Amino acid sequence: MKRFKDAEHLLRLAGLFVLGLLVFGVARAELVPATFGTLGHYRAQAIDDVRAKPIGYAGQAACAECHADVVDLRAQARHKSIACESCHGPLAKHAQAPEQLTPKLPVARPLCVHCHAANTGKSKRYPTVDIKDHAGDESCVTCHKPHNPKIS
Amino acid sequence: MDSTRRDFLILGTKMFVMTSVAAAAFENVLAGTPEAAATYSTADHWWAMVIDIEKCVGSGHCVRACKLENNVVDEPMYFRTWVERYHVNPLDMDHPIVDSPNGGIDGFPETYPDATTTGKTFFVPKMCNHCADSPCTQVCPVGATFRTNDGVVLIDKDYCLGCRYCVQACPYGCRYIDPRTNTADKCTLCYHRITKGLQPACCEVCPTGARQIADLKNPKDPVHEFLRTHQIQILKPQMATGAKVYYNGLDGSVR
Repeated sequence: MKRFKDAEHLLRLAGLFVLGLLVFGVARAELVPATFGTLGHYRAQAIDDVRAKPIGYAGQAACAECHADVVDLRAQARHKSIACESCHGPLAKHAQAPEQLTPKLPVARPLCVHCHAANTGKSKRYPTVDIKDHAGDESCVTCHKPHNPKIS
Repeated sequence: MDSTRRDFLILGTKMFVMTSVAAAAFENVLAGTPEAAATYSTADHWWAMVIDIEKCVGSGHCVRACKLENNVVDEPMYFRTWVERYHVNPLDMDHPIVDSPNGGIDGFPETYPDATTTGKTFFVPKMCNHCADSPCTQVCPVGATFRTNDGVVLIDKDYCLGCRYCVQACPYGCRYIDPRTNTADKCTLCYHRITKGLQPACCEVCPTGARQIADLKNPKDPVHEFLRTHQIQILKPQMATGAKVYYNGLDGSVR
């Protein structure tokens, strides 16, 4: 210990420095989230958090599993490429438990005019009607069957 | 006196180290074993979106579906995706008139307010461009927003401070602060759906097929044929963001 006779103040300083390092190390380990930095400068767990969100729309494949008759009917019609849930709304819950949730029938006129009301911006080939002029207050489905809209 | 202080320091340090080690070990016990890896691998995908302006009729299905699927706040009118209608007067092509009533959620008024017979009008759906070099992730001070290895820009809602840097940084105006959580929010490209093999909600409901999700790493994806046979364009290429929403038929007047 003789060599360090006059170095006590330095040792004390070194001790404080080590203590500071320890405090920093422990604080960092405590404050930085568990998966931070494993994939990049972010919390890798956040990806799984986003993925864990439940789905609302079941997807066309799920609809076709049970409702093949409607899919076949529509296969010949102008609406064939439109997904079921485009008009019927998000029905993942119905797809999971069909008995527990019966989907409501969409109200025709406000739904149809979203696409078929004449407005500037639509291609001239796209089928549109002047909704003030066309069929009065009559529901669209009186004449047009939504799964095969052409009037034969 | 001197030895007492040293003893105190040594004892204190020992206790400090031991308790922190014990706490760290206990934390690992609490966390349990990590979950088994899912079948989805981020290395096998590179996600993008293709929007065909010639097919869009401004029905607003995508806007409504996005709000329902992702529980986007109703009031005020914030959007993860919205539709703009451009009206270009041939005598003043540099100054298009743009309207987007409530983001196009209920479609568009029947005719354009100043519709002329000579102008052209078209719809431009907009959303997060999931940029490969996104400005929004670069400015985040805490790493709460990031680009995944499969090319989707996501937000860590638990880690976001709500500082709004990213909202200002996005050149496409795709971010907003969710007033319910006071954190940043935006399109996730329906990451919870595409990683399960489903389409994003907006693509699922689009009645004309104007929106298509694209996996550029999948050689069987029809997007490759589409990119070969169409002239595609991105928004604000001069920003060098590496935007991955590819527009077909995008007019030069679109901002």
